[in-house]
Amino acid sequence: MADLKYVGTSVTRKDAVEKVTGQAKFIEDLYIGPMLYAKMKKSSVAHGKIINIDTSKAEAHPGVKAILTGKDYKNRIGLYLIDRSIIAVDKVRFYGEPVAVVAADSEKAAAEAVELIEVEYEELPAVFDPREGMKPDAPLVHEDLENYDIVPIFYPKPGTNIANHFKLRKGDIDKGFEEADHVIEREYYVPQMQHVPIETHKAAAHWSPDGKLTVWSTAQSPNVVRQLLAKCFEMPMHKIRVISNFIGGGFGCKAGASIEGLVVPLAMKFPGYVVRIVFSREEDMQGTFTRQALFSKLKTGIRKDGRITALQYEMIWDGGAYTEYGVNIVRAAGYSSSGAYDIPNVKTDSYCVYTNNSIGGPVRGFGMCEMQWGIERQIEAIAEELGMDPLEVRLINGMKKGSTTAAGQVVHDVDFEKCLKTVTDKIGWGKKEGKFRGKGIAGLVKCPAQPSNAASSAIIRINEDGTAHVLVGGSEMGQGMLTAMSQIAAEGLHIPTDRIEIRVPDTDFTPYDWQSVGSRVTYTSGRAVKQAAEDALGQIYRVASDLLEVPAEELTFDGKHVYSTKDPEVKATIREVADSCKKCTGEGIAGPIIGRGSFVPTNMTNLDPETGQGNPGLFYCFGATAVEVEVDPETGVIKILQLAASIDAGKAVNPQLCTVQLHGGTIMGLSTALFEEVRFDKGVMLNNNFTDYKIASIDNTPHIDSFIIETPESGGPYGARGIGEQPMIGVAPAIANAVCDALGVEFNTFPLTPERVWEAIKKKQAKG
Amino acid sequence: MSEKMTIKFTVNGIQEKKEAAVGQTLLKFIRDELHLTGTKEGCEIGECGACIVLLDDRPVNSCLILAVELDGKNLVTIEGLSQNGEMDRLQQAFIDHAAFQCGYCTPGMIMSARALIDRKPEPTDEDINEALSGNLCRCGAYQEIREAVKDASKK
Repeated sequence: MADLKYVGTSVTRKDAVEKVTGQAKFIEDLYIGPMLYAKMKKSSVAHGKIINIDTSKAEAHPGVKAILTGKDYKNRIGLYLIDRSIIAVDKVRFYGEPVAVVAADSEKAAAEAVELIEVEYEELPAVFDPREGMKPDAPLVHEDLENYDIVPIFYPKPGTNIANHFKLRKGDIDKGFEEADHVIEREYYVPQMQHVPIETHKAAAHWSPDGKLTVWSTAQSPNVVRQLLAKCFEMPMHKIRVISNFIGGGFGCKAGASIEGLVVPLAMKFPGYVVRIVFSREEDMQGTFTRQALFSKLKTGIRKDGRITALQYEMIWDGGAYTEYGVNIVRAAGYSSSGAYDIPNVKTDSYCVYTNNSIGGPVRGFGMCEMQWGIERQIEAIAEELGMDPLEVRLINGMKKGSTTAAGQVVHDVDFEKCLKTVTDKIGWGKKEGKFRGKGIAGLVKCPAQPSNAASSAIIRINEDGTAHVLVGGSEMGQGMLTAMSQIAAEGLHIPTDRIEIRVPDTDFTPYDWQSVGSRVTYTSGRAVKQAAEDALGQIYRVASDLLEVPAEELTFDGKHVYSTKDPEVKATIREVADSCKKCTGEGIAGPIIGRGSFVPTNMTNLDPETGQGNPGLFYCFGATAVEVEVDPETGVIKILQLAASIDAGKAVNPQLCTVQLHGGTIMGLSTALFEEVRFDKGVMLNNNFTDYKIASIDNTPHIDSFIIETPESGGPYGARGIGEQPMIGVAPAIANAVCDALGVEFNTFPLTPERVWEAIKKKQAKG
Repeated sequence: MSEKMTIKFTVNGIQEKKEAAVGQTLLKFIRDELHLTGTKEGCEIGECGACIVLLDDRPVNSCLILAVELDGKNLVTIEGLSQNGEMDRLQQAFIDHAAFQCGYCTPGMIMSARALIDRKPEPTDEDINEALSGNLCRCGAYQEIREAVKDASKK
């Protein structure tokens, strides 16, 4: 690859100054016009028929403008399975589900009015455990499942709570077990977690009498919000404008459409007003996506030499009350079910089951943390059974160039071995350092989980002075998308990043991008931006060619001047090319330069409904995590002594931001490994605040040694691939594996709280 | 209407006299009345640190203080750290180390760090960990934040 000038450099974030000076505008920071404040009345039962809603007292409360209930929201909404009511109609399916919404002239009045709404329920039998929920006689969460619209790559079972059954059959599972010398069976459990971005979900809507709806949202995907609102409210897309300002963290919870629909009908009642809803921390935790809990069973066949010959994987996911998005997590975990390993015979059944818990949905990793927890713990059990080094088992079975995934997709551009060895070398693998100390490793892989037609596009406008505007539809939630895209544009345009402007998306002005999810934007939007930059550069050469009367092929552009490679004195400034577009005679040559780029994957396919075989991955990103721990046997407290993380970025567009992302994902993984578990009691979330739901803070975050590996991605822009989610995946199993190495105890679940570790130690001591 | 009280205070170096509703938090007052929206709300109950400001040089969770308590005091918010277009060295260090991603916790984080450096010009890792333990950053930029604070304290 030719020398790169901008891609691969650590330029300062585009949003840096705004963010450190308090000037970055998040949506609650905007004053758009006269405002009404919305608050929800939430369900106080997990599953119940709504017998009556009495809003009369609330309506009489001073400051109240309007109260709407489910009957005012006639259509359902959803991304893949259209199962979700914006406000409950006839029945509620989870504790905290909206049953009414109030608009008032102050937040206080709205909150007071909510308390005055009286709702009468007839409680229904409920399901809180998906293993119970999938049984034929379980109470149904959705009686109408068979009538729901659905993208036809999902397989619900009407008359049950199974919203999707993903089947995968690779090779010959019976033959695989026959070839095995050992068979290992284990069960695992991963609890719900919450994303807890420090900015909660927020949305505002404005309706103008000409029929134009404007929505401001903390959405990771303004285009999908527009698409889903258009369908739900039966409006054409050009009449809906969705703006995502800076987002205070997403991690998946702000993907798809979340709370925007709540305020739309209220805005329609009060043209000229901006109706805004801001979720409290409690509402955010109970009422928005949680990570789906997973109950799993693994059965693995292995030969004496360490080769895995067969894998049977059953996954039962707690989809919660609505699984409009969750059905695809279940699918993604299914088609990826051999993790980072090449296993010839795989049989997987992955079930998404409705329960009356909070709504399940996407979280950083999109099922991979949960699914690969089982894989990476199972490999540890295999190593133990065979008396082999767990690193060796991973190296023997790890994917290499030409390996096939569980879906049978051939992977290219892989150096998993390097990912593993880099981190194990760093922590001094193989050396036992002390009685209560242990080392652990986990591999990881993830491809974006996106529809095969999920597209991105870009427009580049060259200004009259030769500076440029890059327009893309991705959201900036901290991942550094604006900066990375400006670097890719700079590389293609030859215009330096400090002469390029790029802003947050606005569907009326920025071109289409499906969603900022799945670690896909660097690749997909990057491809579109690169194409747009090349298109604009071609136009610069064509205009300059006319202006200078030199063939375009002879021209080169250094960011300031376009000049002839044969005679550098024959030149024009970019300003002359971009602005005058005229010859000295005054005749015009060309209008303003506008570059365009659009991208859709061509290497993905649908999957066979019976075997799950096909090409679901746009690209595969590998990595590894290694840790050394010391456990206090008296208290069960785990101390992280070393933590090393590697990720194969293909090409780090911005090495500094890539490293921050790698650290951030590793810390989120650490936080879930040690602290995080949402606790429900019959659907009621018991720990819906930061005191009861602890996340990692600076004082319990160790130093991380991070390694960016660069095995170029052949389809990626300048060889780059996305890495946003991946660093999280390996942390929990690596820590558990290290604790097992230290103490010889096993864990089938996490977080590894002191209590849980202490109990495991006591149990082992009791056994002698 | 709720009862109001007249309060006099200094905000980012400027003397002000305003009406504050009794019962309104300092956070709401800063955002809604002073229109200084750099100070963020993350939990409203003093758990996340996104709303930290300096009140008479002490870092406080502005969601836990009433606006009327501002009377007679000196308030500094994130907007007050840069003077005459010059950023505070901590702000520059946060940029140099890319010590944030989404930036939502950043104003509170920088205000806590400012108070630390004012109190202890050359803080150790332990000092930083203790002083910033009440500022949650879900993007997990803690390693870079430690480096940025140390870097800024050297200058």
